[in-house]
This record gives sequence, C-alpha cells and structure tokens, in this order.
Amino acid sequence: MSRLGWALHDGHVIALRNIILIRRVPEVLVGVLISPIMFVLLFAYVFGGSIDTGGVSYREFLIGGIFAQTVVFGATFTGAGLAQDVQKGIIDRFRSLPMARSAVLVGRTASDVIYNVLTIAIMSLSGLLVGWRIRSSMLEALGGFLLLLVFAYAFSWVMAYVGLLVPKPEVVNNASFIVIFPATFIANTFVPSENLPGLLRTFAEWNPVSSVTQAARVAFGNTSPLVPTPDVWALQHPVAYTLIWVGVLLTIFVPLSVRQFQRAALR
Amino acid sequence: MSTHDLAVRAEGLVKRYGDVTALDRLDLAVPVGGILGLLGPNGAGKTTAVRILTTLLVPDEGRAVVAGHDVVDDPEAVRARIGLSGQYAAVDQDLTGRENLVMVGRLCRLGLRGARRRADELLDRFDLVDAADRPVKGYSGGMRRRLDLAGALVATPPVLFLDEPTTGLDPRSRLGMWDVIRELTAGGTTLLLTTQYLEEADQLARDVLVIDHGRAIARGTPDELKAMVGGERVEVVVPDRTRIGDAAAVLARFATDEVRTDAQTGLVSATVTGGAATLGDVIAALATAAVTVGEVGLRRATLDEVFLTLTGEPAGDGDTATETATDAAGQEVGA
Repeated sequence: MSRLGWALHDGHVIALRNIILIRRVPEVLVGVLISPIMFVLLFAYVFGGSIDTGGVSYREFLIGGIFAQTVVFGATFTGAGLAQDVQKGIIDRFRSLPMARSAVLVGRTASDVIYNVLTIAIMSLSGLLVGWRIRSSMLEALGGFLLLLVFAYAFSWVMAYVGLLVPKPEVVNNASFIVIFPATFIANTFVPSENLPGLLRTFAEWNPVSSVTQAARVAFGNTSPLVPTPDVWALQHPVAYTLIWVGVLLTIFVPLSVRQFQRAALR
Repeated sequence: MSTHDLAVRAEGLVKRYGDVTALDRLDLAVPVGGILGLLGPNGAGKTTAVRILTTLLVPDEGRAVVAGHDVVDDPEAVRARIGLSGQYAAVDQDLTGRENLVMVGRLCRLGLRGARRRADELLDRFDLVDAADRPVKGYSGGMRRRLDLAGALVATPPVLFLDEPTTGLDPRSRLGMWDVIRELTAGGTTLLLTTQYLEEADQLARDVLVIDHGRAIARGTPDELKAMVGGERVEVVVPDRTRIGDAAAVLARFATDEVRTDAQTGLVSATVTGGAATLGDVIAALATAAVTVGEVGLRRATLDEVFLTLTGEPAGDGDTATETATDAAGQEVGA
C-alpha cells in the first residue's frame, strides 16, 4: 500500500476507536445534540420578528445562518478532542508505533463528521418545528447539507490546529471562541450583510461563513427577490467560493496541524 | 564486541530542559539478546533516555542506534522494531482490553484478522481473558500494566523498552510481572529496563548501569556492582566467647580488611574475596584450629548498599562523592 493508503488506513482505525468512545462516553453526545436545538429555538424566538429582512420570514432567513454557525461551532469539538488525546497515555503508544503520523488527526476529524451529521439532522427537525421549510427540491437541499458538511470538515482542521496550539485542554474553548465569534457573527448569518458598516461589511461579504450560509439559503430555496444578494463575486457564486475556501483551509491546516501534533505530543 | 552485535547503542546523549540537564553525555550499549537495567532515583534521567531511544524525544546532542537504525534519522524503521511499555500505562481507558490490543495490532499493520488473533494470544498469555471485554477503566494496576506490556509486544519486536514496569504495583503483581519479563528475555528479546528498585535490577538484568543527574556513575553486572562496596563478608558466630580471638586469627588469614569482632554476640566477620570457595576454606581452617562455630555465612552486599554508596551523599556534596565512587568502581570492576 502507498504512504497515502496507509495514512487513510491508520486514520480509519483511529476513527473507529473514536466511534467506540462516543458509544462508551455518551455524555459528550448530549451536549452536541442539545446545542443545535437551543440555537434554533433561541434565535428563532428571541431574534425572529425583531429584525427586518424584507419579504422573507426572518426565521427562514435565519435557518441557513444557524446551520452554518452551528457546524462551525461544532468544530471546537475537534480541537478539544485532540487536546485531550495528546494528554492521554495512549499517545505514547501511538507515537512509538510505526503508524502514520497524521492518523490521530485524520481519525479525529473523520469521526467528528458523525457529530455534524447528527447536528444537522436535529437542527433540520427543530427548524421544521418552528416553521422552516425547504422550498427547493430534495436534491438541491441534499447538496446544501453536503456543502455544510464539507465546509465543517475543512474548518475542523483549523480548530484542530488551535486545539493543539494551546497548552491545556481547558483553554481550548476560550481560544476557539477568538476564532469562531468573528467568523460567525461578522457575516450574513443573522443579519443581512448590507446592514453592516464599511469594513465589517466587506469582511462579511468575503467571509466564507457568509458564502456557505448563502449557498445553504439558495439550496433550501430560502432566498427572496426582496433580499437582493450583494453584488460581490463571493456571494454571487457561493458554492464555488466556499469550495475554494475548503481547498485553501485544508492545504494550509492539514500540514500545519500534523506538525503541531508532533510538537504537542513531545511535551 | 562489534557494533553489529549491539541492539542498542547510545553515545553522548544530552537532553536539556531550560537550565536543567536531564541527560549529560550518557553512553550505553545493550548487546543483542542482552538485558540492561538502567538504575537510578526519580529524576535521574531514566525516562528521558528511554524516550530518546524510542524516538519519542529528540536528543540535543549525541546519537543513538536501535536495532540497526538511527533514532533521529530513521525513526520509522526504529519504531517498526521496538516495543515500549511505559511508567504510565499507554492504554485507552474507555476501550476494553481486547479493543486496545486489536487497535494496536491494526496500527502495526497486522490486518483485522491478524490483529484479532494476536490480541487473543496476548490476552491468554497475560491472563487477561476474563477481563478482555471490560473497559480498562475497571482494571487493577497490575492488569493495566500487563495489558500495556501486551500492547508493546503486539508486533513481536526484537528490542523491548520497559520504563519502570513495576512502579506502583503491589508485591504480588510485581512478582507476576517479573515472571512475565523473565519469560520474554528467555525467548531472546533484547531488553532495556529502567527501575528504581535495586532488587528488580538484580532479579532481571544481566548488566546494570547506575545513573544519577543524567550521568552514568557505575556500570557492571549486579555481582560486580556489589563487589564495589566491599564485596562479601564472612560472618561466623562463635558460641564459646573465649575462642573469639582464635576465630579472628583464622579469619585474618583470608580477610582483605580488618577483622571485626563482637564480644557480646560472638560475631566475627571480615571482608573476603573468592566467594563460596573461600567460605569453604574458612570453615576448614576453623575446624583445623578446633574452633567450634555456630552460624557461618557469607553475606553479600545488596544493591541498595551499592546504590547508597554511589548516590546517597548529601546534596551539594554529590559531585566529589560521585567521582570517588566511580574511581573505586573502576578499580574493583577492572580487577
């Protein structure tokens, strides 16, 4: 088998281990499943109606943003999981085996996709309860879900790096929020980006969280001619722009995280 | 000995953490099939040495070759040929014993079926069959160590590193672990073992390297090390206290130092060389001199005494004490 083949093989073995751990320590899952329900209900009822989005109901406008925000938030689990992994005694075993150096990271980011699939399923159900509807085709909607998952996967590598950068697992959440809050709030997730002032507006328009949100709204048919899409390339071609970001994030953060993992495990 | 016969060879290893020098030009060698005990107190640098030799840590200076491959230049090749069982059991607490071993087997590229078969063998061999399908969390310390050792043996490595394999174990588990280790080395596995228990080094190792403050301060077989602190003493108890002087005169003919007598207990003792043969001669000479003796014995210095002699000096005085000890060691071992 090739080097890449073995890397995938070893990552797969670690992912299976993580899945066993999810089954054995289900407490983690509770948090993963409750926060999306909370987000949908909170934003739908607290903000819903108080913000004017033009013709579309604000709740429908919100759902795409909440989906994007929640999967980005979910990436913190990757960072926290890895920060804990490197503290565990089993890491010495892994590091003394002739296995791929990337395996723990590949396995962690892969098994975290399960969290995101569950999160999206639960958010969709909660969304349907508060009046959200898919107004496109099933196929388009599936495309939207898939894009959210792919973006979440790429973003989990960013959080993997952050998680390995901090010296203690307890600090991972604080460090993650420094990245996640601007990324999810200076965007079109909760308010139309045109309402933002100057620089923030430009940031929001070219923010990949905005493009993935926009892509989801389009895929679910939650756009309206009354909320015109800003005339920037990123939001006019949200799928292409999001995929470019996915490529860029993976290219940068996969090697960076693998290197940082080596270093973190040396401590 | 040519370098090809060495399974582990380290030259001038240095590792610093800020101002602290964990390893200070450490040299060590283990022949193929050999058993080296790395003996030292907490913080002596034992674990640092093991971590360098098992590729977990890169030395600041020096080089090490394990199973024919340089640990810095070719760590992958080294990892494919070694097993490591650490001071802190490297097992996943939330997985079962079997799941741990199957996972390690698959990561050693044995394939799913091969990994399962190997896990079964090891669980059986390490007496973990009954606990195999319970999460490791519920295991006793001894069971955890056995599982960890099993994990180190999954790929049947020719060179094994055991970092304080019995620290924290109760006496019964310790004896059990010793049996397992003896069985392994009898099968030809090269072993480097660290321990702070002198008895353990004595029981398991063929060669012992005593280290302190990251430096080797003595090396030799357990017997040689014991000889360093005065070798063996013949002890004779003379029930008839009036014959103590006669007994002392006999012992003086064999003694390498002054004969000590105790009029209260009737104990007459002296340091000798030549072991059991000398003891026989002493007994014969006493009989010739018509001295009736009660107990006769040859008491050997324990490794604890060696260790105290070599390292047990008050802090701050350590350096001179170490040099003296090393000089003495050189003479004794060389003789």
